Parts: sequence; C-alpha cells; structure tokens
Amino acid sequence: MSLRPDLDVVAAMVHDGRRVLDLGCGDGALLAHLINDRGCDGTGVEISDEGFHACVARGVPVMVADIDQGLSEVEDDAYDVVILSQTLQATHRPALVLQEMMRVGKVGIVSFPNFAHWRLRWSLAVRGRMPASRSLPYHWYDTPNIHLCSIRDFETLLAHDDLRTIRRVLLDERGRPVGDARRRRPNLLAAGAVYMVGRATP
Amino acid sequence: MLESGAALGPVEVAYETYGTLNADRTNAVYVCHALTGDAHAAGHHGDPDRRGWWDNIIGPGRPVDTDRFFVVCANLLGGCQGTTGPSSTDPATGRPYGLSFPLVTVRDLVEVHRALLAHLGITHLAGAIGGSLGGMQVLQWVIDHPGEISAAMVICSSSRLSAQNIAFSAVAREAIMRDPDFQGGDYYGTDRAPDTGLSIARMMAHITYLSEESMREKFGRRLQHGDAPRFDFSVDFQVESYLQHQGESFLKRFDANTYLYMTRVMDYFDAFADPAAVGATLEGTSTKFLIISFDSDWRFDTEHSREIVRQLQSWRVPVTFREIASPWGHDSFLLEIPEYHRTVGAFLARTADDLAI
Repeated sequence: MSLRPDLDVVAAMVHDGRRVLDLGCGDGALLAHLINDRGCDGTGVEISDEGFHACVARGVPVMVADIDQGLSEVEDDAYDVVILSQTLQATHRPALVLQEMMRVGKVGIVSFPNFAHWRLRWSLAVRGRMPASRSLPYHWYDTPNIHLCSIRDFETLLAHDDLRTIRRVLLDERGRPVGDARRRRPNLLAAGAVYMVGRATP
Repeated sequence: MLESGAALGPVEVAYETYGTLNADRTNAVYVCHALTGDAHAAGHHGDPDRRGWWDNIIGPGRPVDTDRFFVVCANLLGGCQGTTGPSSTDPATGRPYGLSFPLVTVRDLVEVHRALLAHLGITHLAGAIGGSLGGMQVLQWVIDHPGEISAAMVICSSSRLSAQNIAFSAVAREAIMRDPDFQGGDYYGTDRAPDTGLSIARMMAHITYLSEESMREKFGRRLQHGDAPRFDFSVDFQVESYLQHQGESFLKRFDANTYLYMTRVMDYFDAFADPAAVGATLEGTSTKFLIISFDSDWRFDTEHSREIVRQLQSWRVPVTFREIASPWGHDSFLLEIPEYHRTVGAFLARTADDLAI
C-alpha cells in the first residue's frame, strides 16, 4: 500500500526500529507502514472516533486524547520520534502542542501547509477571497485549520522555543519534495514543509 | 505454593466455558472476574432470568464472540462460589479454613487460572479480559508471562490502589470484623454469621461503584412512601431502600471471609513495584494491551488507567487506550455501553484476524 507523498517524506525521516508517537494519527496509515514495514514501535494519538476505530481495525496502537490538553498519558522522553503531520494548524494551542511534543520525544517531525505560498497570497490579495488549495481544501467557515502559519512564522516559533532544525524538506502542492528552483524563495514557492526538529540544548 | 511462601492444597476450581475450542487450541479467551463475581459469566442454567454477570459482552455475535472464541471463566482462589477459599474445608483439620486460609495475591490468582488452562490443554490465550480486580489479574498475567496472551484487555482497573481506595476497603473489613457474629472468622456452622457487617460493607462499596450523577438520576431525593417525609430513622428515601436491598441480597451469595481476602488482594497489589523485574519480562512483549476507563468512575478513575498506560509504554508495550463517556461510574464495565462494546469487539476481532482464528 502506498503512502500519501507528504507522509512518504515524513516516513523517510524516521529510522527503522525507532519508537514513534504520531499525534493526530488519523486512520493510522503512516504508523501501520512504520510498524509493519520498518520495524518501528508506534502509537497514535487521535481525537476522533473514526480515526480511533480505523487504527484499531488496522492493529495500530492508538490512544484517544485531545493533544490541546497536553499528553498526560505519556512520560518525558518516552519516544524517539514524535510526528505531527498536517495537525499543528488544526490545534487550538500550537505552541503548547509543540512543547509537549518535544517533552515526550527526542526528535519531532512537523509537516504543515505554508500559508504564504504564492497561490494563497494571490487568492487573498487579488481575488479578495480566503485561500483554498489542494492542501487546504476547506471554506473559511468549515475548516478545521484554525492556526495557519507560513514557513517563516514556523521558524520564528522554533527559535522562540529554543528548538533547532535538523532537516527541512519543502513540498509542492501535491506533497512531493520540490526541486531546487523553489528553494531559493521557500516562503513564496513551497506549498508546504516537513521539519525535523530537536532541542537546541540536548 | 503461594507467593507468600505458604502452601495450600489441594485447590478445587469452579469454572464455566462458552463456545468451542478449535483444533489448534488457539482461540481461548479468559475472563477474570472482579471482587464479587463468580464463574457464571454468561448464558444461563435453565432460568433465562438468571444470566451470567457479563452476559451482555460474552455470547454469539457479542464483543467476546463465542462463535469465534472459546471463553473460560473461573471463580477466583479464595472465592466462595466453588473454588477453594476460606469457607472450604481444610484437609488438615477437617474444618473450614476461616482466617487460617493463607493471604493470596493477584499473582496467586493468575497461577490458578494458568493451572486450569493447563488442565484444559491451552498454552496460549487469544485474549484475556477483566474489569477492576479482573483487570489487575490480566495485567499481572502479562507481567509474569509475557506473550502468553495476545490481546490483554484491562477495563477500569488499577496498577495499585490509592490511599482512598484502601481506606474504603479498610472500612468494609472493619464492618465485618467488628460484627459480634464474626467470631474471629470461625462462624461457619454456628448459625450466626457477620451478616450485618457484610451487608454494610456491600452497601458502602456499592456507593463507590455508582456516580453521583447516576444516583441523582436513579433516586434523587425521592421518598419510598408518598410525598411526605416520615421524620424518623426508618428507610424513608428510595436510595436507602436500594442500598438495603443490595446489602441483603448480597448475603445470599457471598461469604464474609472471602470479602476480607479479596479486598486485601487488591490492597497489596502493586503491579509495577519492581521496575527491574517488570522491565526484564515486559520489554518487547508481543502482547497488545487495550486499556479502557470510564469518565464518571471515581472508584478507579481514569488517572489509574493513565498510569498503567504510561508504565506499559515505558516498556515499549503496544497500548491502545480510551476513556469512554458513561454516566454510570465504576459499574459501567458491566453495562452495555455501545462505544465500549464496539471497542472491545473490534480489538478482539483484529487479534483474531492476526491469529487467523
């Protein structure tokens, strides 16, 4: 079974056999891949009933929790890698979620849509409409994405929280890694990004 | 030989089974009962009104599906429903054990379960499930014999009691032991028994099994007779009548000494007390856990379950965890709550698929 392209990018950042926690794991597709094909120990955290039952049906360990309330089920440093894939922008308290992520895991992998992508800027600046795109396919009134940010915004938050970027992969609108041409102006040209982050002072 | 070092024997075990053991003997699910349960978990023995205590979860097409699994449930060691306990005859004296029955532990309960399975020719369990004290047995089982169970389901349980939990147990035991008819536990055959103490213990425990919300809904401040209070000390409120009924009907089926032993089993239980030993066995086990709590349970609230989750995760044990919304308190585990049953059913079904049952 093939993964969504952006999940492939995330999966490629995880070494075989690691302990992985996936926050907002949805139906557990990424974890199923990491557990079954890559020898990882994986657990998901999911808030929806559908997501929970999809994980149980796949045999993926999953905990129902609201990550906005913190992760009281998980001890400090319990995981090697904590994944936050297309989830940060849907949380109520992104700064807290990022902190919790770096509390329970040694390394974090965060993927998110870049709200400063030129197409979104165009939609707002020229058309006067709230942007919608392949990676943000909702209307303003029904979107779960309440805390959108740009690549530059995200890097500012990392600096503020004393976190360092270990790796960064820029994505196009289909979630595939982008070519060199766009890398010079990532905040304008990348539709999304995947960051691997660690604590600045280990 | 018990964990305490005391010897006990011979041990008789009362058990029931439901469904059919497959040719490979791979489809067994063990049901561990709680403080006052017994081996009669499902079905009935001729009277359809007297169905087993967990009949809503065990049966054909039910979450613990007897069309697919062979289900075993036994009365616990120290019990009073057929398995050797303080009311059984001590072969050394020819008289009931009473308080000379040795203190048992959750580990001892599990070893008796395993001896029963050996007798049935079963060496691996597709699943084990239990609520409350039942969940403690499932947890201890996996810690002592990792990999012996594929799906370990621990419902509204605890890895160790809080001071408040122990305090409730202590008061219950005091009620029994201070009853003048207790006679140091040697009340068998004296036509006196600590019925007052045992029913008070049961009444108090029952309050802790319900939530405030469910009691308010079920009884409120409604009176037994008419609208006017009697202004005396008789049973006037409906909740009083209910508790009295619970206390009295309990006497017909339960032995006071067993109540002492079983509450003590829970007090001393501390599953993760020795991290080095636990880690040596648990790390990398193939057993998958399902931990469930109920949001209105204050006897073993969700924090007890979270502690189990944290501990198991720290030993890299796969854990699925969920708090289920239910207004019925600790008793929820015995009730047919759709999301709860759906979760147990799906977890077991997935395990069965993995085992090609």
